[in-house]
Amino acid sequence: MSLNIEQIRALFPVLHQEVHGKPLIYFDNAATTQKPQAVLDALTNYYERDNSNIHRGAHALADRATRYYEETREAVKEFIGAKESAEIIFTKGTTESINLVAQTFGRKFIGKDDEIIISTMEHHSNIVPWQMLCEEKGAILKIIPINDAGEILFEEFEKLLSPKTKLVSIVHASNALGTINPVKKVIDAAHAVGAKVLLDGAQSTSHLEINIQDLNCDFLAFSAHKLYGPTGLGVLYGKREVLESMPPFMGGGEMIKEVTFEKTTYNDIPFKFEAGTPNIADVIAFKASLDFIKSLGKPAIKAHEDSLLAYSKELLTGIKGFIPVGTASEKVSVLSFNINDMHPFDVGQMLDAKGIAVRTGHHCTQPLMKRFGIEGTVRASFSVYNTKSEIEKMAEGIAQIARFKNK
Amino acid sequence: MSSIKDIQEEIVSEFEILGDDKESTIFYIMELGGNLEAFPENERKEENIIKGCQSKVWLIADEVDGKVHYQADSNTDITKGLISLLIRVLNDRRPEEILKADLDFIQRIGMGSIIGSQRSNGLASMIKQMKLYALAFQTKQNA
Repeated sequence: MSLNIEQIRALFPVLHQEVHGKPLIYFDNAATTQKPQAVLDALTNYYERDNSNIHRGAHALADRATRYYEETREAVKEFIGAKESAEIIFTKGTTESINLVAQTFGRKFIGKDDEIIISTMEHHSNIVPWQMLCEEKGAILKIIPINDAGEILFEEFEKLLSPKTKLVSIVHASNALGTINPVKKVIDAAHAVGAKVLLDGAQSTSHLEINIQDLNCDFLAFSAHKLYGPTGLGVLYGKREVLESMPPFMGGGEMIKEVTFEKTTYNDIPFKFEAGTPNIADVIAFKASLDFIKSLGKPAIKAHEDSLLAYSKELLTGIKGFIPVGTASEKVSVLSFNINDMHPFDVGQMLDAKGIAVRTGHHCTQPLMKRFGIEGTVRASFSVYNTKSEIEKMAEGIAQIARFKNK
Repeated sequence: MSSIKDIQEEIVSEFEILGDDKESTIFYIMELGGNLEAFPENERKEENIIKGCQSKVWLIADEVDGKVHYQADSNTDITKGLISLLIRVLNDRRPEEILKADLDFIQRIGMGSIIGSQRSNGLASMIKQMKLYALAFQTKQNA
C-alpha cells in the first residue's frame, strides 16, 4: 500500500513554514522527528483536563491519568511485541536507558576481567556508560571492527566472544551511516556464550518492525522523540527475569514497597525502576505517536523512506565531488556524505540558507569518524512526511554547493 | 590608510547590497576567505589554534613597525571569510587602536542570524584572541 504523503504532511504543523524565505525542508529526522497534531493535542488535553499525579491519588483525575499512562505502557508492549507490559520501563531517553542497565545490571553482574562487546559504529551514549563501568570494575571493552561500507565484520565479532563476555551492547541501526546490523545473528551468537544483549534501538524502532520475542534480546533502549513523540521520554525494555535480578537504579517514591528507617523493600517491575513522579504528560502523549505509526504501518513507512533514499542516491551520485559515507547494503533512510574539499559545517550552513535542515559533524560517533579518517559528515535523514520533490531541491542545492570547490 | 570606522562602513554597505538573501550572503562570505594571505605551513600547529571555535582556526600575529600584522587560516570556508573580515578591519594598526576598536559592523550586518549561534561564539573567540595579541604587543611596547 502506498501512502498519501500530502495527507500525512497536513498532520504536521511545523512542516508548513518558511526559513530564510524558503519553504522548510526537514531532513534531520535521525536527530528528532516532527510531531503530528494528535501528539500536540494529547499534551494539551492532559494538562487541560487530566493533570494529576498517578498511581496513588484517590480521585477521578488521578484515576484517569493513571489509566492513560498505563495504556501507553500497554501500547509500547504491543509496539515491540513484548510478553507483558511490566517489561516496559519509562526513562528520559535512550541514553538513560543504557545508563540504567550499566548502573544496575552492569554493577551487579560485570566484574574484573569480564568483557563487554560493542561495535565501532556506536553512538557515544553506547560507549561512555560502558567505559565508566569498565573503569569502576576493571572490566574490558572489546570493539567489533567494520568494513569500508560501514558493516560489522561478523566473523571478527565471533572471535571476540568467549565465556568472559558478559554483555554485547550494539546499535540496531547506525545514526551516522544508517547501516542496519544483523542483530538476530549477533544476539544468538552472544547467547551461545551466555552473554546478555542490549540493543540500541534509537534509530531502528521508527523504521523497522520489531518483535522483541523473535529477536530475543535481553534489553532494548529507544527514545520517543525519534518516533514522532515528545522529547525527554525513552523506553527500556528488559526481560522480566533479567529486570527482576537487577537492583534498583534510583531511590525515591514509587519504587518502594515499604520503607522503614531500618530497611526498604522494593516495588515490583516496572515501578522498581521508575522512582519519583514520572514524565506523565509525555508518556500519555506518546500513545498518540504510536497510534500514528500503527495507522500507517511500518512496512509502508519503510517502503516510502527506502524510495526516498534510493532517489537521493540516484540524484547525488553524479555530482562531482560527492563522497558517500556508509554504503552498507541494508540501511535505514540515512544519507551521510561529504563534498570534496569542503567542511561539512559549511555545506550544512549553505543548505540551511536554502531552507534545508540537515545535521553536520561527528554525530556523536567520533570513533566511527576516526575509522573513516574524517572529521564528520553531512547527514540527511528522511522520514515518512518527506517527498521526492524535496530530495530534488536538496540535490540541486548540493550540486550548486559542490561547484564552489569542484569546478 | 582608512580608519577602522571607515572600513566598517564599507563592509556594512557591501552587505547591504546583498540584502536579506542568506544564500548569496553565505557565498559572499566564503569568497572573502580567498583574500587571506597564504598562511605559513610551519605555523599550522596546536598552539596557534583559537580555543572556542567549532572549526579549526589558526591565528598568528607579528609586530611590524609598532603595528600588529595578523595572519590566519581555517579548515572551513565560512570561517575563513569571517576572519578575513576581521583582518581587513584590524590589520596593520597600532595595538591601542585595535584594543579600543568597537567592531559594530558585526551587529549591523546581522551576522548573528547569518552564521548562527555556534559560529557567532567562534567569531567572538577570534576577536578576543586578536585583541589579546594587541594587548601583548602594547604591554611590550610600554615596557
